[in-house]
Amino acid sequence: MQLARVIGTVVCTVKDPSLVGVKILMIQPLGDDLKPVGDPIAACDVVQAGPGSLVHWTSARESSMALPIPFAPVDAAITGIVDDVDVEDVGILEKEKIFGGGT
Amino acid sequence: MILCRVKGNVVATNKHPCFASHKIMIVQPVDENGDDLGASFLACDSVQAGPGDTVLVAREGNAARQVLGTWDDPFHAVIMGIVDRVSVESR
Repeated sequence: MQLARVIGTVVCTVKDPSLVGVKILMIQPLGDDLKPVGDPIAACDVVQAGPGSLVHWTSARESSMALPIPFAPVDAAITGIVDDVDVEDVGILEKEKIFGGGT
Repeated sequence: MILCRVKGNVVATNKHPCFASHKIMIVQPVDENGDDLGASFLACDSVQAGPGDTVLVAREGNAARQVLGTWDDPFHAVIMGIVDRVSVESR
């Protein structure tokens, strides 16, 4: 699961029957600082996101489980529209206690 | 399973229904010394972890669904433990 920005749409007329009615969007994966990480990918959408939306998405087998037909041949799906990203980078609390001694 | 530190959380209103009762946290992988390792990602929380906690994360769908008590929902990563102590023998 990762953050991403929707950067465009993909239209396919000829496609696998299990993908009929499923919207496909181009997304740019982002880090928690909202800066791009890696290359854009195409992902199915089940939450009616649009270009410019900040979303969270999931990869691998799990992505098709978000779709109406859970055995669709899909490897990325948008699972939510993000309202807010709260980064509270406080480091590791009690780092010495947890990682401190060897024995 | 990997060690991570919790870096924050993500709020979403419009989302897949399975996320309704699960908090989504931003986690940063760390090594055995507690130093950052690679890029952060998102994981569902099952143990009420908070920012700064060192946690045990499974980045695999079947484990995530097992912990969260479902079999057909699109969970891919889950926080399933808060780490109290890490001991490494040969440093």
